Order: sequence, then C-alpha cells, then structure tokens
Amino acid sequence: MPLLSVRNLVTEFHGRQGVARAVDDVSFDIEPGEIFGIVGESGCGKSATCRSIIKLFGGARARIAGGSIEMDGVGNLVERPEAKMHEVRGSKISFIFQDPLTALNPTMRVGRQIAEVILRHGKVSRAEARERAVQMLRDVKVTSPERRMEAYPHELSGGLRQRVVIAMALALQPPLIIADEPTTALDVTVQDQILRLLLDRRAETDTAIIMVTHDLGVVAEVCDRVAVMYGGQIVETGTTDEVLHEAAHPYTRALLAALPSAAMRGRKLTPIEGMPPSLIAPPPGCRFAPRCAHAHDACRAARPPLAPRAGGAPGHRDACILDRVQ
Amino acid sequence: MLRSILQRLIMLIPVLIGITLLGFLLLQVVPGDPVERAMGTRASAEEMAAMRHQWGLDQPIWQQYLLFLRDCVTGSFGTSLFHKLPVSTLVLERLPFTLGIVVYSTLLALVVALPFAILAALKRGGAIDLAIRQLFVFVIALPPFWLSFVLILWLSLSLGLFPTGGIGEGLLQNMHRLFLPSLVVGLSTAALIQQSLRATLIETMSADYVDTARAKGLSRVQVFTRHILRNSLISTISIVGVRIGWIIGSTVVVEKIFSVPGLGSLLIDAIVSRDFPVIRGLTVIFAMLVVVVNLLTDIAYSIADPRASLD
Repeated sequence: MPLLSVRNLVTEFHGRQGVARAVDDVSFDIEPGEIFGIVGESGCGKSATCRSIIKLFGGARARIAGGSIEMDGVGNLVERPEAKMHEVRGSKISFIFQDPLTALNPTMRVGRQIAEVILRHGKVSRAEARERAVQMLRDVKVTSPERRMEAYPHELSGGLRQRVVIAMALALQPPLIIADEPTTALDVTVQDQILRLLLDRRAETDTAIIMVTHDLGVVAEVCDRVAVMYGGQIVETGTTDEVLHEAAHPYTRALLAALPSAAMRGRKLTPIEGMPPSLIAPPPGCRFAPRCAHAHDACRAARPPLAPRAGGAPGHRDACILDRVQ
Repeated sequence: MLRSILQRLIMLIPVLIGITLLGFLLLQVVPGDPVERAMGTRASAEEMAAMRHQWGLDQPIWQQYLLFLRDCVTGSFGTSLFHKLPVSTLVLERLPFTLGIVVYSTLLALVVALPFAILAALKRGGAIDLAIRQLFVFVIALPPFWLSFVLILWLSLSLGLFPTGGIGEGLLQNMHRLFLPSLVVGLSTAALIQQSLRATLIETMSADYVDTARAKGLSRVQVFTRHILRNSLISTISIVGVRIGWIIGSTVVVEKIFSVPGLGSLLIDAIVSRDFPVIRGLTVIFAMLVVVVNLLTDIAYSIADPRASLD
C-alpha cells in the first residue's frame, strides 16, 4: 500500500484575472522510503501540488476543487477539516520551503523555532524539547549546536539556515517530507551537502521525500522516481532512469536538450521556444502543443491521457498522442 | 548597547543647542511686549524702562541668549516674569499631569487599536473590515477641541460619568478624571495604529515563515500570537514613537479645555502674558521630551527586533 496516494487532484487559485487551475487532474503514488521528484519550469504547478498536500497556500486564495489525497493511516487529507490539519502537519508530513532566508521567523531564536514543533506534538517539557532541538541540530551536522540555538536567523548563513529548516522538518521523524526546491537558493557546494543530508536521513529512517526541483541534475542524483509537470499536469512519469534516459514526451526531451552536460560539450543547447500556457484559459488539447515541434491537429483537439508507452515498462507513462498511434 | 545609547545621547547635544537657539529667536520676532502686558498702557515710560531693566530685557540679544543658555545648563530654564519662580519649579509641579496624559492616551490608543486591527485583518475585505475603516476615518476627521466638547456634554453633563475637568488625588482618581482628555488625545492615534497594524498583519500573514509555522502543526492561535502578531507589533513601536511628538503637542489644547494644570495650560497662560522665560523654557522642555521619547523608541525597537541595531 502506498504511503500517499494522490488521485485526480485539482487546485484552483483565485486571482484578479480569474481562476487559474494550477493543478489539473494530477495523480501519483508515493511508496514508503521513496524519493519522488517533481520537475518542471516555474509556474507548472509543482509547488501548488505540494502545497495542496498540506493545504497551505501562503497568502494566496486557493482551494482544492477536486480529487483526493489519501495518506496511509491518516485518511483523505482533502476532506480533513482545517482544525484537524495540525495533527498531520509537522508530525506526519513536514515541509521544507524553498528559501531559508524567509522561511524562518526573523525575530525568534532558531532554537526556539525547532523546540516549538517538538513541544507541539510530543508530551515533553521545555527542557527536554530544548535538549532534543540541540540533538536535531547535531544530526543535521551543525557545528557547536548549543551556541547556534541562541542565534537569530539573520546571524546564520544560507546553508546553516536551511539546516535549521531541515532540523525542524525532521524533528518528529515524519514518514513524509516535502521539499520544495530545498537547494535552489543555496551555493552549489552547499546544495550538495543539503542533498546528502536528506539522502542520509532516508537511509536511516526510511522517510519518503517528495523533491520539487527544476534541476534535472538533482533529480538524477537523488530521485528514485520522477514526474515531469507541464501546465498543471503530469506529462511523463517513471523511474528516474526511464524518464531521463528514455524520455518519451516531447516536453521532457526538450527539457533535457536545454540542459548543459559533459556529453553535450561543443554542441549547441536548444532552448524551448515560446511561453508556458496560461492556466486561466489553457489550450484545449495537449498543453505543450503550441510549443511542440511534432504537434498536429489531433494534439490540439483533445488532451491525451497519461498512459504506458507501447512496448515500454508499465510504470513509465507519458501523455503524448504520438506514443499512442505508433 | 550601552555604548551606542551613550553615543546617541552625545549626538543629541547639537540638537538641543539648535532647539534653544530656535526657541529663543522665535520669541524675538513674535509681537507683544511682556512689560506692556504686565503694567498696562497707563504706566509711564520711566516705569516701563525700569521694569525692562529689572527683567534683563534691555540687554543685547546675544547676551540674553547666553543667559538663557546658562539657565538651561543649570537646569532652572530661567525665572518666570510673573510667578517669580524658576521655570523648572513650575514645570516639575505640572509635568506629572502632562506625562500622565501622554502615557494614558498612548495606552488607550493601543487598547482601542489592537482588537480592531486584529479583527479587520482577520476579516479583511469583508463588511466588518470596511465598517471599522469607515469608523476610524471618521474618528481621524474629528477635531480634538470639538470632540472634547461633545464628550463633556454627553458623558459628563448628560450622563454624569466623568467630571468636566480638573484633577484628583492619587492614581485611581486621576485615571478617572484624566480619562476624557486622554481619550481625545489618543483616538486619532488609535486610528493611525489600527490602519498601519492592520496592513502589517495582512502582509505578515502571507510571510513564508508563517507558512513554516503552520507547517509545523501549530494551532491557529499559536501561529497568530507567536509569529504574526508579535512581528507585526514591532512596526507599531515606531509609529507610536513618531506619534508621541504629536501627542505631546496636542495635550496643550486639551489640558486647557479640561482644566488640567499641566505643561499645556502653563504654556498657554505664559503665551497670553508674554512670559518669555516660561515660553522658551517650555519650548526646550517639550522638544527634549520628544527627543528623549525618540531615543527610547529606538532602544525599544532594537530590543524587539534582533535585526535592528542602534548603531
């Protein structure tokens, strides 16, 4: 049984220009202990998908308009009332936000921010919570953790701050961690340390991780399976090997062609022409059709379903009509 | 911390010298002669000259200024022409009432503003938010002297809830007696705080760290008090700090209306009688109050927000 099962998820954002379907009929499963990558360009719905799982949308006016999110032992999160969401957040699912600069409260000592989550969910004294917070900082390899406990976020480097955010996320050993571009705001050298930290954690405690990123390098390094999102929909999913090495969907192939790599040295990179589709009034058929070099009339008529490729592995599915007709 | 406070205090010296100079020069250009006021128009020229000499008003201007400066440094701020007492003595008698109104009205402003700001922020864009905004815009538009009279007519004369003015004995009695003047002074500040705090609260609500706090599973109340409200109140500190100068200024008229024997009443009486030493002494003291309050605000701010420092 999967740890998390997302089915036909639809999430809408209400803005000045109208209703944007940031997540449009998205389904996927997360197995315990697995690292699942979600990739795509900005505004493709990857963050919105993750935020739907814990139902936190920042200041945006958003609502889940359809579908279900079943969590093993917890039930359907979509139908769970807001008043009972706090039992899930932090203890069953924790969230690592993209920007460690803004994800920490600037006027609260980091030690207290970590202790806060421990105090909230466990029946522990303040002193015990503090002790465990120090241990958490040690676990995420922060040097002289006792001293860092008293620091304010602005006194720490970006890498240290992200370690603090991760310490908070790991504090209650939740079975699922959602990491929304956890390394995007960091230096390349620090990025690697942070990823290593998450990988170690998975090895130790069998924590499942949803890793949102636009960096295919990160996907290749850490993810077991991956979903490629475009225009609020998953256009291709499979194991990391399948998606990166036998990419089926034209969008995935275009993404890979736009990526610099050692093997491609000396050859020209190919940018993807055009702009991502409007989520308020999306094109009726395949959303990538307007930018796709292979598109024909059938592509623009109806949206192709996500289905296994002819002759491919059963888990490797994509949403391209060209893979159906052959 | 202590070092930067000391630095700030030293930096205040030129400011204070500037204030004495301005306070002194302004009175030189203001029409009206204290000697004429004191003796009336029927006094002879000799009598008036004798008086002028006695009060030191026949000396050259720069000498008068230096004398005033000396009085400021010794702390007496000069001697009242009419009361024949050091200005400092007059001020010390009345300062508690003025400071009382300043502190009381600031507290009232916060007490009124806080719940309305929170309510408006939580119900932003709705009918309640709009109603609160209209109410406070109305409050800002009310002139304090008019509001004073209406409150006296309604709460004091019709309902008999408060005295029409004057002061009492002890803290409790004065809290009752100074309620109306403090309310009049505090209401427009309440409106100001309400509007800015509402905006800050709404902005803070969509901050990333608030999402982090909610993602930790904290309850709504915990997220609101520990993360949203606490951080939003920091900006209120600076608003109150800036506003206190205005509050000190507006006590002048209100004290007169409610017959509170504070610095404001003293100032108005001194202006009417052209009691120059009292006027310029009070000018300097009012200015010093504002400057000191600003320093206190900066200190409070740097304590509340670890990112801010006094340097």
